[in-house]
Amino acid sequence: MMSDAPALPSETLITAIAALLADVRHVAVGASSPMPAAGAMLRQALDEQTRHVRLSILGSVAHNFFTNGSGELFDCAGQGRIDAFFLGGGQIDGQANVNLVGAGDYPQSKVRWPGSFGSAYLYFVVPRVILFREEHSPRVMVEQVDFISAPGVSPPDVYRPGGPVALLTGKALFSFDKTRPGFTLVSVHPGETLETIRDATGFDFDHPDVVPQTPAPDAATLALLRGPVLDKLQETYPAFAENWRRDLAAQTQHC
Amino acid sequence: MLTNVDSLVDRLRDGMRIAVPVDYAGVAMAFTRPMIARGLRDLDLVCVPTGGLQVDQLIGAGCVRSVETSAVSLGEAGGAPRFNAAVKEGRIRVIDATCPAVHAGLIAAQKGSPFFPMRGLIGTDVLRNRPDWKVIDNPFADQGDPVVLIPAIKPDVAIFHAPMADRAGNVWIGRRRELAPMAYAATDTYVTVDRIVDDNLLADETTAAGVLPALYVSGIAHVPQGAWPYGLWGVYPADTDALKRYAAAARTQEGFDAYMAATETRKEVRA
Repeated sequence: MMSDAPALPSETLITAIAALLADVRHVAVGASSPMPAAGAMLRQALDEQTRHVRLSILGSVAHNFFTNGSGELFDCAGQGRIDAFFLGGGQIDGQANVNLVGAGDYPQSKVRWPGSFGSAYLYFVVPRVILFREEHSPRVMVEQVDFISAPGVSPPDVYRPGGPVALLTGKALFSFDKTRPGFTLVSVHPGETLETIRDATGFDFDHPDVVPQTPAPDAATLALLRGPVLDKLQETYPAFAENWRRDLAAQTQHC
Repeated sequence: MLTNVDSLVDRLRDGMRIAVPVDYAGVAMAFTRPMIARGLRDLDLVCVPTGGLQVDQLIGAGCVRSVETSAVSLGEAGGAPRFNAAVKEGRIRVIDATCPAVHAGLIAAQKGSPFFPMRGLIGTDVLRNRPDWKVIDNPFADQGDPVVLIPAIKPDVAIFHAPMADRAGNVWIGRRRELAPMAYAATDTYVTVDRIVDDNLLADETTAAGVLPALYVSGIAHVPQGAWPYGLWGVYPADTDALKRYAAAARTQEGFDAYMAATETRKEVRA
């Protein structure tokens, strides 16, 4: 059966996201974010017996209870009712500044990305912001972003209950320390080493002497992922769910 | 009040400031081609709070002078090709915002207030490039507490698509409440709807709560599936394949021109 196949890389990432969401009451997931949505759904499934984790998934009808238009998410965050949120970025730097606007000079960027969306607000007010970007390369993980859509840290006089706590990529997991400020390598995903992470990262980061591997999901977690989480994800992200099923089928045939 | 799209487009002028909604909140796509056909120029678009296909097509057709927005993209279909090219070539002025700042500007206009204060933004290049936004010290705080003021956004026109309207001009917007501040803030609001109902929407308490009253609406046109290829919440989903076809075609200006010339109607694109 499908559930006997070893963990896919994406399943390890989703499991890492769920771990970063430990103890949250309400997690919001922005548009076009299938893996963060899956991680939030896994968190909910893992805690089902003990508590209810509230999910707000933009673009979903079943997992979105807002009735006051697209502004309600920001109002809700401003009221302190959203504990965790995800941000990506065309560029992310060692101070956890994120750039969603473009590469090169502003405003006539060499490469223009969509824009800052809600980042210039949510990064300030959501206590646990998880930076998530699958591509981990020197062009994304840069020393300094070309445009600050949202800053990693703020001066002491700026109202800032929120901010980044972690950076998860397709290669590794980092934690963020706002007092330094800077990232610390927490673990590397299967197949990666401290050296491969250094080569792929444009900024300096701290690391332990021995870097552990990002844990793969155990059998019980895999069963949740391939059962209720995959089924729930289908509604909002049908194409992502389909690919996931296909990858599982292909892997089972290989085994 | 009830008319057709062409007569509503007749009321638009060059240089107008026009507010349009986010892709999932009822985009009046049925307005797009008539606006382009009319040859409108120098439009200042306000995306509430982000833009997509409609904005990209108006830019590609040369109708747009500036875009105030938190983002422009085609969502699952990728980046907005004509927007990206126009920004890169400096052919339009992009006024970068962040989603809650657009809402804040409209709410200030809704209240008849000159500005609305908001958190966040300090230390961003978004703020650094907005000379029209001001930072003040919170006058109620005991010590320094900088806060950003967003001036009222007062569009000439707001344009959107909604599920239904009645013959008195009341428009049902349901949970898409961001459409109401758009209409409150704008001088005129033009709406396309999927259907016209005979009963007054204010007569039933269940529908009344989701109504934008006729007071705020200047004109309505009945256009079934008027949001296509975008979806209409609770009624029909977005046609992602059509968005992808556009995204592929509009990578170049020539491709965009050919696409717009060849696909005159909804049905032809669908076939």
